[in-house]
Amino acid sequence: MSILVNKDTKVICQGITGEQGTFHTRQMVAYGTKMVGGVSPGKGGTDVDGIPVFDTVDEAVRKTGANASVIYVPAGFAADAVMEAVDAGIGLVVCITEGIPVLDMVKVRRFMQGKASRLVGPNCPGVITPGECKIGIMPGHIHKAGSVGVVSRSGTLTYEAVDQLTRLGLGQSTCVGIGGDPVNGTNFIDVLELFEKDPGTNAIVMIGEIGGTAEEEAAEFIRKNVRKPVVGYIAGATAPKGKRMGHAGAIISGGKGTAEEKFEAMERAGIRITRSTAEIGRSMLEVLQKV
Amino acid sequence: MNIHEYQAKQILARYGVAVPKGKIAFTPAEAEEAAREFIAEKGVCVVKAQIHAGGRGKAGGVKLAKSKEEAARIAEGLLGKVLVTHQTGPAGKEVKKVYVEEGCQIARELYLGLVVDRSTQKVVIMASTEGGVEIEEVAEKTPEKILKELVDPAVGLIPFQGRKLAFGLGIDKALAGKAVKFMTGLYSAFVASDCSMAEINPLVITKDGDIIALDAKMSFDDNALFRHKDIEGMRDLDEEDPKEVAASRFNLNYVTLDGNIGCMVNGAGLAMATMDMIKLSGGSPANFLDVGGGANKDQVTAAFKLITSDPNVKGVLVNIFGGIMRCDIIAEGIMAAAKEVGLKVPLVVRLQGTNVEQGRKLLAGSGLNIITAENMDEAAEKAVAAAKAS
Repeated sequence: MSILVNKDTKVICQGITGEQGTFHTRQMVAYGTKMVGGVSPGKGGTDVDGIPVFDTVDEAVRKTGANASVIYVPAGFAADAVMEAVDAGIGLVVCITEGIPVLDMVKVRRFMQGKASRLVGPNCPGVITPGECKIGIMPGHIHKAGSVGVVSRSGTLTYEAVDQLTRLGLGQSTCVGIGGDPVNGTNFIDVLELFEKDPGTNAIVMIGEIGGTAEEEAAEFIRKNVRKPVVGYIAGATAPKGKRMGHAGAIISGGKGTAEEKFEAMERAGIRITRSTAEIGRSMLEVLQKV
Repeated sequence: MNIHEYQAKQILARYGVAVPKGKIAFTPAEAEEAAREFIAEKGVCVVKAQIHAGGRGKAGGVKLAKSKEEAARIAEGLLGKVLVTHQTGPAGKEVKKVYVEEGCQIARELYLGLVVDRSTQKVVIMASTEGGVEIEEVAEKTPEKILKELVDPAVGLIPFQGRKLAFGLGIDKALAGKAVKFMTGLYSAFVASDCSMAEINPLVITKDGDIIALDAKMSFDDNALFRHKDIEGMRDLDEEDPKEVAASRFNLNYVTLDGNIGCMVNGAGLAMATMDMIKLSGGSPANFLDVGGGANKDQVTAAFKLITSDPNVKGVLVNIFGGIMRCDIIAEGIMAAAKEVGLKVPLVVRLQGTNVEQGRKLLAGSGLNIITAENMDEAAEKAVAAAKAS
């Protein structure tokens, strides 16, 4: 079992004819993802490696029955692409694009109110259910099917954690990168709720970083609602205040959003924290051996 | 991106936000000339140091002048002076220009600020009766004094929300209309310019019954600057860290820190985690540097040069988790950079992920004196030890 995506997920790629879109579509196909189509306005009727390209998401959905979309559209056009996917009724929209203006995302979130779609990202590595479906840019080969759920705001740091788990023989049910932007589609709590309900997930790794209060809110949710063991890590303990650390959302502003506050909230919620990145995998192993 | 007070006021004025009349001056003579008109009209003017930091008033960077000669003397004292405020850090910032503004009779000082609220995913407008006090301080000591209205992006700031805030602040009923106009203007400027923060502190009610922005601070969403060339043109590189400016030319995310171990990492989260690992191993990072997910050889070379140009750096740690980025490409970049700029401090490289074997083989055969590590803890420990020894 898994969350969000599995072997039956039918995926289209928005921006499929762009360099990134084409490259990652090939990678996803190679992993076994069911790529059923692509969208590139003005290039409808062509194909990429035999995958049909459409002018609109609406047409792509009608002709392919796609229920997920992955977006590699440049930042200035990405909000438009997300809203087009939502309007076409795509259930899961994964936006990889980095650098979308935050006020564009404010509009997107308003547009999504009352609609059934879920957005993951933007500025994220995507979602993968090992051995079944990879939607995004993560290196598939470091993953292994299993029962640890992973949720993270980061890209390569997630790969680091997943690699540690896999080397210790701990496979993953699903790994979700929620992205490093201040306004995004899916937050920690959304994913934690899904993992808690998923019979295929036995334990959860949660990787946060400085900025905002999403980790604190998630910790409170875990304390009240999550019975499965959680290992938590926060990046940015040494980050200075008021400086943006790469991710648009990774900033300690007004003294709020520090790693220490987040670690403390996690500890209060009974989460097994580790302050060493190198110990994420081993912490999970210890937690699982105790259960 | 941040801008100066006088630039923020220029933008705000375009959206109907009331600001005092003012002129920018780079010399005492220009300040005197600017003061002439304001002294003639109001008998008083204000000379304000223009630096990208708050707390200027307390640091002596804002002064009242009652004659144009006095304005010139104040400007002379400020220009070229290093101003140290609680926001500049101990090094302070050099004043290169002053803003000369007409004076006004202050009846009340209030606070007004806009930010994007991450939890509600909306723009929030905050108001407080505690003008002149930092909002963080108000939030900590008297949070009940902060009034908030969330703005629906589809509708914009609605006049009733402005009235709620105005009456909540105890603004004279006769002035409520002016207050609403001020707030809607500010909201329009915020949205139209893709601000990440706009702050009017203090917002002043004058004895003549005007509502004006006595100070103004705006910062902008870097991701939206592509559609605001005019605002991008207001960027003042003198106010930014030269290394961070150099990094931005290569699309590298770089932040200067005060330690001695330079870091080069792919991905923002992993870069922060690497800094944290250095600290846990008893060392201190000299920088945050994210070369990004798809960096090329040139970017890696530029990053390497930037790190090693810092005289504090006694060792370098490269930590790469190859995803889409292949470890062999990274290895080639490191080798090219090391050959070009020379390797004067110990270099610890940890490669993991895609094409890791090819990458390691390249480095091993490069003839460079590179310390390799398999894991992050091992890499951090080796970097700290090497930096201490060098």
